[in-house]
Amino acid sequence: MSSIINYTLHLADNALILGQRNSEWCGHGPVLEQDIAITNISLDLIGQARSFYQYAAALIGDGATEDSLAYLRTEREFNNCLLVEQPNGDWAQTLLRQFFFSSYQFYLYRYLLNHPDTRIAAIAEKSLKEVSYHLRWSSEWVIRLGDGTDESHRRLKAALDELWSYTGELFLPAGYEKDLGIDVASLEVDWSKKVKDIFDEANLAVPGNVFMQTGGKSGMHSEHLGHLLTELQYMQRTFPGCEW
Amino acid sequence: MNIVSTDIKTIWSYLETIKDPEIPALSIVDLGIVRDIHFQDDQLEVIITPTYTGCPAMDMIAASIRAELSAKGFSTIKITHSISPAWTTDWMSEKGKQQLKEYGIAPPNPKQQVCNDKLFAPDEAVQCPHCESWHTHRISEFGSTACKALYQCDDCQEPFDYFKCH
Repeated sequence: MSSIINYTLHLADNALILGQRNSEWCGHGPVLEQDIAITNISLDLIGQARSFYQYAAALIGDGATEDSLAYLRTEREFNNCLLVEQPNGDWAQTLLRQFFFSSYQFYLYRYLLNHPDTRIAAIAEKSLKEVSYHLRWSSEWVIRLGDGTDESHRRLKAALDELWSYTGELFLPAGYEKDLGIDVASLEVDWSKKVKDIFDEANLAVPGNVFMQTGGKSGMHSEHLGHLLTELQYMQRTFPGCEW
Repeated sequence: MNIVSTDIKTIWSYLETIKDPEIPALSIVDLGIVRDIHFQDDQLEVIITPTYTGCPAMDMIAASIRAELSAKGFSTIKITHSISPAWTTDWMSEKGKQQLKEYGIAPPNPKQQVCNDKLFAPDEAVQCPHCESWHTHRISEFGSTACKALYQCDDCQEPFDYFKCH
């Protein structure tokens, strides 16, 4: 029972934290249409997070709600991967993070369509349509920046240096994934092929074997998550139970 | 009035009066949000589905359904959210599409062409809801709400929303 709860929270936390990160662009996007795009993606991700939190709350019982799970857990209780909590940086870094994550989510949700837990499969089915948009949009941006000007290429390359070491964790199963037989390692082939295809068009080389950061999926986070949660949870921490 | 004897068709007609809060031209029935209505013993159950998972209008839609049916005398109403099968633009009624167009939003094409993962796909041909010109182009795949994309007409120059492929 605790594995399915932890796994559902992992899926929810991934979506919530990236949704929160992307929402930081609201009103700051490079042009209006892309500001709307990145915040639309936020909305989709937060919607997915809600679906997973609602399910987790039902599994936990004991008065847990989607809100208590999002607003009242501490940093170490979050199971999101390290990639999604990394700071936005510039547009290139935000876009590359989105591309890495959307391509992961795309293959993961496709895989979860056949999951025996019908609630998880249903959320995956619904979300997959949205993720297809996110993947196409972020892929186009990676190509546009990588194959654009010297400056845009330089920025994308810097983003790659910053983010690559957070991608390995996606394919290393956490305890709850092993317990449930979620074979995340099997997704790496498709994911790597996707990254290679897009990087080829973006004139970017896929990095070789480097040290990969791990820990987020089991609650050991980078320093960035605490700051993010401080902002995310501020209202409920300051005015417990407040509603509007 | 014997509530249970109210036939389901009448209840559908009650729900047809409820508009989507973000697209007030369109009823939630014509949008395809209401999936099923049935009685479970004495309790009326209404099943609704979101267009997108993050649709912020769902809570308000559920509240509107509750208010409308309470006003019609139903005291125990259960509203269930369902996400599978996933909502698609195919569920929008022809009447709904016509209402959308009159409201200034281009309705989804009967067969949408860019519903695929091809990169830099050419803009789908979308008719301007204002001047009916087909000379339009996409400004952004993401529009004023999660379910829409932003287009502009090359003839009358008006920007407009398009219910995107889903």
